[in-house]
Amino acid sequence: MSHAIAHADDGVIVARGLRRVFKTRQGEVEAVAGVDLTIPRGGIFGFLGPNGAGKTTTLRMLSTLLPPTGGQATVAGADLLHQPALVRERIGYVGQAGGTDRQVSGRSELVFQGRVYGMSKQEARLRAQELLETVDLVEAADRQTGTYSGGQRRRLDIALGLVHRPQLLFLDEPTTGLDPQSRAHLWDEVRRLRETGVSVFLTTHYLDEADVLCDDLAIIDHGRIVATGTPEQLKRQVAGDVITLGVGAGVSQARALLSGQTFVREIGDDEEVEEGQIRLYVDRGEEAMPAILRMLDGAQVGLQTISMTRPSLDDVFLRQTGRSLRDQAA
Amino acid sequence: MRTLRDTWLVFGRYLGLFLRNPAWVAVGIIQPLLYLILFAPLLKSLAAMPGFPPGGAYNVFVPGLLVQLGLFGAASVGFSLISELRAGVVERMRVTPISRFALLMGRALRDIFTLLIQTLIIIGLSLPFGLSLHPLGLLVILALVALIGMLFASISYTLALWLKSEDAFAPLTFTATLPLLLLSGVLLPLTLAPAWLRGIADANPLNYAVLAGRAVFNDNLGDVNVIKGVAIMAVLAVLAVATATRSFSRAVS
Repeated sequence: MSHAIAHADDGVIVARGLRRVFKTRQGEVEAVAGVDLTIPRGGIFGFLGPNGAGKTTTLRMLSTLLPPTGGQATVAGADLLHQPALVRERIGYVGQAGGTDRQVSGRSELVFQGRVYGMSKQEARLRAQELLETVDLVEAADRQTGTYSGGQRRRLDIALGLVHRPQLLFLDEPTTGLDPQSRAHLWDEVRRLRETGVSVFLTTHYLDEADVLCDDLAIIDHGRIVATGTPEQLKRQVAGDVITLGVGAGVSQARALLSGQTFVREIGDDEEVEEGQIRLYVDRGEEAMPAILRMLDGAQVGLQTISMTRPSLDDVFLRQTGRSLRDQAA
Repeated sequence: MRTLRDTWLVFGRYLGLFLRNPAWVAVGIIQPLLYLILFAPLLKSLAAMPGFPPGGAYNVFVPGLLVQLGLFGAASVGFSLISELRAGVVERMRVTPISRFALLMGRALRDIFTLLIQTLIIIGLSLPFGLSLHPLGLLVILALVALIGMLFASISYTLALWLKSEDAFAPLTFTATLPLLLLSGVLLPLTLAPAWLRGIADANPLNYAVLAGRAVFNDNLGDVNVIKGVAIMAVLAVLAVATATRSFSRAVS
């Protein structure tokens, strides 16, 4: 089966049937088993999955570090298999380990990186200073990176990935091991990239990160994409919203009224809730609530309490992979 | 052009790292001194023994010492690459358009640079003790040491990229370099060895480097051993560089 490669303008990444097989002593392991992705330009794309699901392998293939066993892709408008050099010029990559030498100062690393991308000494120095200001590292610039805090080192890593003004930046688990404050700081940094038009592809196993930071998500498990969409879409796919009503003695009357409504996907069993309560599963809670209020009011059912909860990405993950990501976040 | 420029950049980075670390500079200078001070005096009395090659103790010993320095100095360079692999430095470089050949050559040239400085120190310090060397011979010796450095640095980097762990790299390197060293007549000339040992030593390419070095120090620049030793080292160095360059462009994990 051959896939026609999509036109480059369709997205900053268009991958079709991307595969990677590793040979181990136990035999062949298919780490990535045919991944199709179309990632729009200019957004923050999150790649979610448990450890060993194929996240990092996919990222390494898309960033030219690992040759795919099969499939094809266009990355930043260049053909991954036939123009890897062009891909490298257009992407930035920040690995899990970072990639700075402990004995080199942040400024020297940035200047060196600029020179690697063909800048003159003068250009590289100017660009280094500009980036140091952007990521708020001016004070630490001339210290060895070994003295940096985790958050400082991460910001330097990102600056290194941006030296040549790439169209697309890959971030492999950018906030793993950071304290909450540094994480928040880094999220701001990533959002700022989006504002400057850089597309971001990041892997994470933090659901809150995927939820608040990413415009689009894909969930990968056992080397396959099991779900894609915006965080909102994914959450809706799974459960919709949950509305809990406290109606006291009016339970059976309310049940009868609500069971015929199209916006109600499902009415929960009595065992799920306390006595005098009803649980409703609806597609759009914010639209269902006023309708419920009007209906119960019109039928003179006394409504004592009403509450709505939204499904979390963890619910999505649980549904798609049969596992809770929260249990394995290490 | 790009390759040359990249090589220069990588060379500059690692030379800077080396010079920034005074401990390494000190070790680089003290090591050859220790050989000269603690080992060379033993040879004075040995030189009188039957079977000892002609040319005086220092002219026999120093060429071997230089080959040994090249072997040990270059074979251990992989250690630094392993820690760089772990820190993600190699990956960071590999995702840029930098030439893969430059990633190897810049490092190897830095290693050769320190070897040549050490060589000059050893030769300079041995001159008062009776070492003699023709200026043209000095150039040949420097070329020979550079080729040995290139050969073993490339092998060392290839192994480091392959093994990725000091725990595997250290024993393999030490086990592999020891027979190479013993069978090269570096410490004592193989003219003293029994026939069977000499037979095995004939298969050791390093042996020819030592023979070439001794011929140069004996003022026999026209000796066939000189061209033979240099040629063997050059061919092997080219093969090792090609292999190591491929390792740098291949996947690292």
